Amino acid sequence: MKFVDEFRDPEVINTTADEIRRLAEGSRHYRMMEVCGGHTHAIYRFGLKDILPDNIELIHGPGCPVCVLPMGRIDDGLALATDPNVIFTAFGDMMRVPGMTGSPLEHKARGMDVRIVYSPADALKLAKANPEKHVMFFAIGFETTAPSTALTIMRARAEGIHNFSVFCNHVTIIPAIRAILDSPDMRLDAFIGPGHVSTVIGCRPYEWIAANEHKPIVVSGFEPLDMLQSIVMLLRQLKAGEAKVENQYKRVVPWEGNPAALKAMNEVFQLRPYFEWRGLGFISQSALRLRDSYAEFDAERRFDVPGVRVTDPKAAQCGEVLKGVLKPAQCKLFGKECTPEHPVGALMVSSEGSCAAYFNYEHRKAMASSLAWPA
Amino acid sequence: MCLAIPGKVLELFPGFPYLATVEVGGVRRKVDLGLLENDMPEAGDWVLIHVGFAMSKISETDALDQMQTLIMLGEGEQALQEVRGYGLEDPEPPKPS
Repeated sequence: MKFVDEFRDPEVINTTADEIRRLAEGSRHYRMMEVCGGHTHAIYRFGLKDILPDNIELIHGPGCPVCVLPMGRIDDGLALATDPNVIFTAFGDMMRVPGMTGSPLEHKARGMDVRIVYSPADALKLAKANPEKHVMFFAIGFETTAPSTALTIMRARAEGIHNFSVFCNHVTIIPAIRAILDSPDMRLDAFIGPGHVSTVIGCRPYEWIAANEHKPIVVSGFEPLDMLQSIVMLLRQLKAGEAKVENQYKRVVPWEGNPAALKAMNEVFQLRPYFEWRGLGFISQSALRLRDSYAEFDAERRFDVPGVRVTDPKAAQCGEVLKGVLKPAQCKLFGKECTPEHPVGALMVSSEGSCAAYFNYEHRKAMASSLAWPA
Repeated sequence: MCLAIPGKVLELFPGFPYLATVEVGGVRRKVDLGLLENDMPEAGDWVLIHVGFAMSKISETDALDQMQTLIMLGEGEQALQEVRGYGLEDPEPPKPS
């Protein structure tokens, strides 16, 4: 357990790991899904799978907002920005995601004004600084990020900025979990609940998972000890035949969520009737769009959106990996046509994507040794 | 990115209730406190920051642990790069209309 020495309280980690082994003893096979991309990354980085007994299986859920965005939406966003007066802005992890017409970075190389921003507030600032241009912000993210986009739009209104719009691809976590549970090829026993989404929505929205689906869910922090403790809590519930929502990440997540964040989201956004998710298909009420009262800031209403629908490359199995039906290495393209250097799908681009995480932590050594340097 | 970045609130601006200077690993930038309007931090408090907005208040101990976690996840540099990328400036006085 190499990471144990790097952390404080290695003793506590050891005792917790022992407790997991003790609780999991027996012939029962436990399937637990972590929904949040940050947890996926932590599981690989900390090698958690190696310290869990073989009968506990961790399955990666669709918690990477870059990964679940269908390719066509990237092409749509880029199409909106082909006007030379438009500045296309997005977070860094969007820049290399391939659309059918190329990634944002590739469009930049071909002359489009594409800029990385680290905050929607900076996209707005760019609009203020370039009054003769239009700044479009390609918004992605779950409920962790949506409130910040909402507040930025409210600030734009308050300051009378008119050359700013948002191409909104915010998605909501609960419908994704529901779609996973409804999926016939998924059998899950429990969930490790997202950490920072829950600081916004709180723990209440997960109650139906316990009450209606009888699956335990524990909202977890990101340290190895947090995740191990969460697994202990899940195992205890499973063994007792219980199903309830518990909060392991109390130091950050309030049960009722963040009222100011929820208020901002409700002020600016409404639910789309449906939205397409890579791998999960169309899910009703799973994504946000701007309300009519904020239509002037909605890129989809200010500009013509082509409405491109692109199926993933035939051989790529992004959808199945996203749903947790396939492990990353089971995709036919993994490690061959599709690597972090030349990704075919978003799961290999984003650091939260399970393919990138698996590749970087399990395959990096093998790849390095096979790289051929020019003579 | 799901992960949030811990920072220390250094300075607030009277008349601009949503703006604050925070420090993350020696880098100082302005962030928006609008999501904490129900429980505003003061100078000296620690907050978790995500895409330029403070998401929640946390203790100093938890903030230091969170930074350690980010570093262990190999995201310490990315976190600093994000914070360095925040471009909000000092609030300008309102222009005369």
